[in-house]
Amino acid sequence: MTLAIAELMAGGPPSPEAIDRFLTSHSFPLVEGPSVTFVYRGQADAVNLKHMVYGLPSMQPFRRLEGTDLWHLVLELPERSRVEYKLEVVANGTGMWIEDPLNPHRSRDPFGTNSVAHGAGYAVPEWTLEDPDARRGTLREAVIPSAALGRDAHVTLYLPARLRPTRRYPLLVVHDGGDYLHYASIQTVLDNLIHRLEMAETVVALSHPVERLAEYPNNPDHARFMAEELVPWLESELPLQGTPEGRCLMGASFGAVASLSTAWRYPGMFGRLLLQSGSFAFTDIGRSERGPAFEPVVRFVNEFRSRPAAVSERLFVSCGVYESLIYENRSLVPLLQSTGMEVRYVEARDGHNWENWRDRLRDGLSWLLPGPLWMIYE
Amino acid sequence: MKNQRKRGTARFFLLGPQRHRPTVVTAVRALGLSGNDLRVATVTAGWQEREGEDQELRDHLVGSTTNLELYRRAERVFERDPELATAHRERQDLFRRMQAAYRARLRFAIDACREMGRGAELGDDVYRIEWSAAMDAVRDLDRAHLERVREAREAFDERWRPTERDAVARERKEIREILERVNVLAIAGGQVAVLGNRLRLFGIGEMWGGKPVVAWSAGAMAIVERIIVFHDSPPHGPGNPEVLDVGLGWCSGVVPLPHARRRLRLDDRERISRTATRFQPDRCVALDDGSGLEWTGSRWEAWPGTRLLHSDGTVTEMEPSSAGRTPATQEVA
Repeated sequence: MTLAIAELMAGGPPSPEAIDRFLTSHSFPLVEGPSVTFVYRGQADAVNLKHMVYGLPSMQPFRRLEGTDLWHLVLELPERSRVEYKLEVVANGTGMWIEDPLNPHRSRDPFGTNSVAHGAGYAVPEWTLEDPDARRGTLREAVIPSAALGRDAHVTLYLPARLRPTRRYPLLVVHDGGDYLHYASIQTVLDNLIHRLEMAETVVALSHPVERLAEYPNNPDHARFMAEELVPWLESELPLQGTPEGRCLMGASFGAVASLSTAWRYPGMFGRLLLQSGSFAFTDIGRSERGPAFEPVVRFVNEFRSRPAAVSERLFVSCGVYESLIYENRSLVPLLQSTGMEVRYVEARDGHNWENWRDRLRDGLSWLLPGPLWMIYE
Repeated sequence: MKNQRKRGTARFFLLGPQRHRPTVVTAVRALGLSGNDLRVATVTAGWQEREGEDQELRDHLVGSTTNLELYRRAERVFERDPELATAHRERQDLFRRMQAAYRARLRFAIDACREMGRGAELGDDVYRIEWSAAMDAVRDLDRAHLERVREAREAFDERWRPTERDAVARERKEIREILERVNVLAIAGGQVAVLGNRLRLFGIGEMWGGKPVVAWSAGAMAIVERIIVFHDSPPHGPGNPEVLDVGLGWCSGVVPLPHARRRLRLDDRERISRTATRFQPDRCVALDDGSGLEWTGSRWEAWPGTRLLHSDGTVTEMEPSSAGRTPATQEVA
């Protein structure tokens, strides 16, 4: 297959009008089978693609089309890939990182906005988009005085539509709840999965850390807050099942470490764990090179690896193959399975980002907290 | 003979989903009832808290309809009789645990069946024999599970005698009065376990008096002998049909599969073959929009568009009759 950019170049340097036509007749990045063409038009000394794909050089230079102001780069992207990136435009010796002006797809995270390239076959899952038929759950703020944390803990509660005090609901506790709300559309996802009967009607506690790098990596105070303060408070205030299979703890990155380490400190309390791209760094010998923030993580994971134990009943683990943590997660899964816990592990062609975690929510939540799909035949 | 006795001469209609293509009125007309002659008792307990939102159904039936309100009545019973409510909750917890244990065993039994099937497909006689044994193991597991559920139900009924308790008896008296006035019982779909439990709690089977029954989706599933729940493609991976419970057994010989087009992989011959073989001698009938089965008092007849799952893995539409409904006695008798 001849790529569109090659066709444009075939007859020599294209005219500005031909470039205009090329840009308006395609959407960018241009996906043609496994090839993805990135394009930038403008005066510059150099243009680079800065992406977050572990395994590729993190900076890939564009080539200028001779005699024009059009820059381009062709990358091979496996099917269903999703890649977040920025463009670095270098002019007068200064590089500036910008979002791709030709690409309308953006993702947001706590550090800002990235452009997103979708490989062939990737589509934003429709269950992550607002469905007018789905009844909306409500959000309510709660403040729980915590002796363990030495402060008031703010929690956002998601209450499913038509919550009834006569029923008993499972509880999902989410680390980095604010980020899941803002960057992973978790409220819409919950509304949709519950509406489609794929996930049980669930009360969700979205927790908000203050010092996440201190609270999350195997911190006993954090675990005590979760297990001895937050969950008992929720179970006294709301119609919750109050059983291990009705308690699910989840998180991404350090939040996944916080989830597993809390379950480790309170074995049997949380019957369900959802661990996304966990920062499960470990060492077989020597020191980890991931930095001081990871030291308590490494100590915890090393300890877990030396004495693996069944701390929960059912775990859903996911990781992107374009993130460096894929090695740690792949290493952890057989260890978790060896304890007799039921483990499902899913990989995606994606990176360490919130939309990857959003896209895996359906698989995880519908398995850990299954809805009545099997029971309802309207 | 047992089945014959259960079916009796009553008329039953087992219909597909009604939301997009309502056909309840077609069934009622087939009974020769309309206008002032038509008096229907409806059961929408499977809709749970939405039980009362039945205006669309009333409009469709265009006759006198009375909702038996079995869900609301059950809630009232549990409020008035906390001892029964606790016992009921504990029994449901027991059923949930039994189902989880059965499901775990079933997974391995089905996997064995599938693996033997792959060998058999290649023409290996050894695998063909083993496939048969593996299928027997699945059927034994289904049978044993159903028996345990039946025993648990009987033990519950014997200990708590629900229909004799004051709170239930009061509701039953009112229900009986309604049932005496009507000439058709219409049972809607919804949550199949909730629906079955409410029909059973109030002993509707003992009171309905052999009048015609029109049931759709979960309603159809609840009134046959075994309640089979199914979804070939749940979001978390491949699902295996499960025996959930003893049905009310008002009619027999079929496994109704509503929403089959959406819930079953009808083009997967191995799965279809396995499902059809597993539930024999009952016949697995796909009940999609507009389709239906009718028990005439002596045989099952199928409506146009009604399809049957065969043990060779095919799915075929039953042959239409000149009357517009299909005699299907060769398959579903």
